Amino acid sequence: MATQHSRSAARLMMAPAVILLLGWMLVPLTMTLIFSFKKYLPLRGGDLGWVGFENYARFVSSSAFWPAVSATLIIVGGVLVITLVFGVLLAILLDQPMWGQGIVRILVIAPFFVMPTVSALVWKNIFMDPVNGLFAHLWKFFGAEPLEWLSQASLQSIILIVSWQWLPFATLILLTAIQSLDSEQLEAAEMDGAPVLKRFWFIVLPHLSRAMTVVLLIQTIFLLGIFAEIFVTTQGAFGTRTLTYLIYQRVLESQNVGLGSAGGVYAIILANIVAIFLMRIVGKNLDA
Amino acid sequence: MARSVTNQRKALNTALAWAVGLLIFFPILWTILTSFKTEAQAIASPPIFLNFDWTLENYAVVQERSNYMRFLWNSVIIAGGSTLLGVIIAVPAAWSMAFVPSRRTKDILMWMLSTKMLPAVGVLYPIYLIFIRLGILDTRIGLVVVIMLINLPIIVWMLYTYFKEIPGEILEAARMDGATLKEEIIYVLTPMAVPGIASTILLNIILAWNEAFWTLNLTAAKAAPLTAFIASYSSPEGLFYAKLSAASTMAIAPILILGWFSQKQLVRGLTFGAVK
Repeated sequence: MATQHSRSAARLMMAPAVILLLGWMLVPLTMTLIFSFKKYLPLRGGDLGWVGFENYARFVSSSAFWPAVSATLIIVGGVLVITLVFGVLLAILLDQPMWGQGIVRILVIAPFFVMPTVSALVWKNIFMDPVNGLFAHLWKFFGAEPLEWLSQASLQSIILIVSWQWLPFATLILLTAIQSLDSEQLEAAEMDGAPVLKRFWFIVLPHLSRAMTVVLLIQTIFLLGIFAEIFVTTQGAFGTRTLTYLIYQRVLESQNVGLGSAGGVYAIILANIVAIFLMRIVGKNLDA
Repeated sequence: MARSVTNQRKALNTALAWAVGLLIFFPILWTILTSFKTEAQAIASPPIFLNFDWTLENYAVVQERSNYMRFLWNSVIIAGGSTLLGVIIAVPAAWSMAFVPSRRTKDILMWMLSTKMLPAVGVLYPIYLIFIRLGILDTRIGLVVVIMLINLPIIVWMLYTYFKEIPGEILEAARMDGATLKEEIIYVLTPMAVPGIASTILLNIILAWNEAFWTLNLTAAKAAPLTAFIASYSSPEGLFYAKLSAASTMAIAPILILGWFSQKQLVRGLTFGAVK
């Protein structure tokens, strides 16, 4: 009796969160799906009827599609490689005994707390400006011609900005994972004469593999959706138009809602493919 | 002998780690320094590091020109309001999932997580349209609700993992001693749950404060928070580095300080318990 009672009370306590999230997911998703099968131009006639899969076909056959796919892959891939490689190195470094460890940790983590619009604008103007930026001063100091970063090396610049924001996240999680490594195991290997690189390759890296996978998946999901960094720097020009930015432009700038919604459905499918892998890892951990 | 070797190695580690740490922190440090320079000194070549005439003028100009306080207030309301609302909704849900788990609890948790992975741009127009229809475009209440919803899965998850750590034996012991449900919640559970709830609030204020997709797309003049205020500096106007730096420093300072207290919670909150 008591359990019956507490079960229904539990259901009642869960209801607000479940209902809200269900609405948040289903209502807009259904609308996006409906729009994606329509010719829908809010500023030029509004809802012009059903068009089947035309928007889906047009979205992938437009000249902007493949460049957007490649920009997305380069940015996401570049940031992932940089943050994972340097994240592992930094985590190992921060795990060593040193003076002022706490302060160094704070310094390294700080960029994660800077809002995206601030970091993008500071990098764009104070560092990457071709006339007054710090990089321009540095280049001139070494006698080189300053670069117009955001137009001549646009993708690299975006990768640099976004990596700076996400490196702390990767480092922090990998550091947490490294600290759970049994130090006796490492000491035993050291006693047996295993060199540093071998210890890293056969003990540290396997121990970190799960955390690295988690970082990879979570970052991929967030990186697929980066917006502010492009919005305030290049506005999608110079080959930095990612899929997210392309969809945003179709929907809000050119107000072609049908076409943009079809793109949105592609983005949702893409994110779900990544999400499935992440959910598997999280789900396994939930059982343990 | 052995000791001096370790000390040497420790010194090497320290030097290397501090160098890397300062390099990573440098853009923030430089922004803070620039905010105290005059505009001319801010673009001086070669750049001036410390020996400039420190001034607070930029902060005064930014406040005067842009009504900074209003943006700040919008940020405070949106971040604080969405977090508070989210916690009020999430505490009962996480509570019941942690203490009265059923066969479906795991599925519900996983499903909640999956809503977090929905790309925002995929539902941009529907939300935009709903906001217009309800007349809440460019209002704080609209943003409070949206930001609350995007962070709700994280809040539920974090609270769930904290509540899970409260040992069930304590509840049984309280019940044996004749505590009623009400007494159990007030005297036994609440004191044990408060630290977890506080951590959750902290992390979510940070996430909400920095959210920059919905705040940029759903606000204009009235409800714009600091993220949008900073974005308005993206079209340069004459000399503006020092003012940009002052505005940036003011926008990030509160959250940098909060953030430093929340390193541990960050890992728990953003990996959904997958890394411990």
